[in-house]
Amino acid sequence: MGFVSRGFRGRRSHADRDRLPPGQYATDDFPVLSAGPTPHTSPDVWTFGLSGEVSEPRSWTWTEFRALPSERFTTDIHCVTKWSKLDTVWEGVSVDTLLDGVETEASYVLAFSDGDYTTNLPLADVTDGQAWVVFAYDDQPLEPEHGGPARLLVPHLYFWKSAKWVRGLELRSDDEPGFWETYGYHNYGDPWREQRYQGD
Amino acid sequence: MAGAALPGRLSWRLSSVVGLRDETPRVRTILLDVPDWPGHLAGQHVDVRLTAEDGYQTERSYSIASAPHQPQVELTGERLDDGEVSPYLTDELREGDLLELRGPIGGYFVWSPGGTAAHSGPPTDGGAPLMLVAGGSGVVPLMAMLRERAATGSRVPARLLCSAQTLDDVIYRDELRRLADAGDGFQLVLALTRTRPPGWRGYDRRIDAAMLSETVWPAAARPAAFVCGPTPLVESVAAALVELGHEPGRVKTERFGPTGGR
Amino acid sequence: MTAEPARSGAPMDERELRLDGNALAGELQSMLGVDLTAAQGRCAGCGRVAELAAQLLYRYPHAPGAALRCGACGNLLLVVVEHPRGVRLAMPGLSWISASVG
Repeated sequence: MGFVSRGFRGRRSHADRDRLPPGQYATDDFPVLSAGPTPHTSPDVWTFGLSGEVSEPRSWTWTEFRALPSERFTTDIHCVTKWSKLDTVWEGVSVDTLLDGVETEASYVLAFSDGDYTTNLPLADVTDGQAWVVFAYDDQPLEPEHGGPARLLVPHLYFWKSAKWVRGLELRSDDEPGFWETYGYHNYGDPWREQRYQGD
Repeated sequence: MAGAALPGRLSWRLSSVVGLRDETPRVRTILLDVPDWPGHLAGQHVDVRLTAEDGYQTERSYSIASAPHQPQVELTGERLDDGEVSPYLTDELREGDLLELRGPIGGYFVWSPGGTAAHSGPPTDGGAPLMLVAGGSGVVPLMAMLRERAATGSRVPARLLCSAQTLDDVIYRDELRRLADAGDGFQLVLALTRTRPPGWRGYDRRIDAAMLSETVWPAAARPAAFVCGPTPLVESVAAALVELGHEPGRVKTERFGPTGGR
Repeated sequence: MTAEPARSGAPMDERELRLDGNALAGELQSMLGVDLTAAQGRCAGCGRVAELAAQLLYRYPHAPGAALRCGACGNLLLVVVEHPRGVRLAMPGLSWISASVG
């Protein structure tokens, strides 16, 4: 056992260990993290697009997007920097809904966001009820510092894959590493196998 | 101290808390004995790392408050209401505890009486006038500079413009007054933003361009300026100084983030 | 549930939270053995030359990494990611870095 700072607890909360992936700590906070300035995109100009290897590209305005069927759900989120937040409540449109009727032979998606952020995922990981584009957190409109007006949510992977300020998905047959994947993080990011960094 | 300026691999080491000193109701100075401390330059900082029993770790940076000649390394921390680390330093740490740190760190936001390369102005007794601007706990690294200046008997003209909410919140208030009364060319200007003592004739608002134009040497004097404190203050002060004609390269900044400390 | 996304007011945006390159000095020095932040760098985006310590840093206690951006144009200059086996330093937006010796 290495050095321990006497009396230091840090800001953690209690949680059932089996709900936490290996190496994670539960928190009641919701840390604000970003690699740049917070974009502020007004609903008048916001659009979400599907592009790349699709039978036809699609795009929704904010009004069109909010008219799609959405669901309110509770899930746990796990950040690669070891904090996990349990029982978080979101509302959003399933990516399955967005892809409904789209024909593609693509195996990968690149999510892209305002602020030049990107992240890559296998298409199979954003379908079958595994991913949403969410617009509300804790029954409130999603704040810009947490990715509002809308962010991608993919709870089964580390939270950097849940791209804030998401503006679209590009479907691809090749896998293109996104921002953090380029700068040292794992290409896939499964918290239950502790796939944090490249080489893990 | 030449040793501090030499590059070398930084590694984590354990220091001992040998003293504690309350500065204001929310601010405390920690006196540390650091084995094999190589010395440092005024303005440098250390990274502090805390480890909980279950292995959880977190790090923060703290400016060194002590001057290089002082026997102990002093850190001054402010308790942030939302802080994870700051309450540990201001409330929990006791004499005899160990604190893990690495340093000294930083080659940019530093000052020594002989002058550094970017801060050699017209000859005025060895260096350019020293203009220090601080908000809240931003005064910490600047205090190291003033302590160094006093300890070396430097006569470089120096001025500190420091903002705080109340007089009781001015960190090192008594020591700053003593230095200002010493008559060696150091002037202290305070801006109290929330409440003032009766009869206060000093500034009673946040630092702004008008205050800077009244307080700072003219650009032609080429002062060496150091600005430290909350990010919004640092950015607006630095921009105002450049507007007043000071060269951007002679206005050095250190942002502390959303509030006065870290 | 309202249809409008929340608009952010003034407080608590990244302009309050951001730091500068000074806060990166420890990580870089422990990796390279030298303090890079005192060095000057040229932004590949706008051409501005300034000390890395004076540039804008987006780095939070529990963030995946640190991103240094040009104070003039916001271009991404440098990204540092620490991991258990070491550190990865990327410099996607610096044309060059220049430091004086001695």
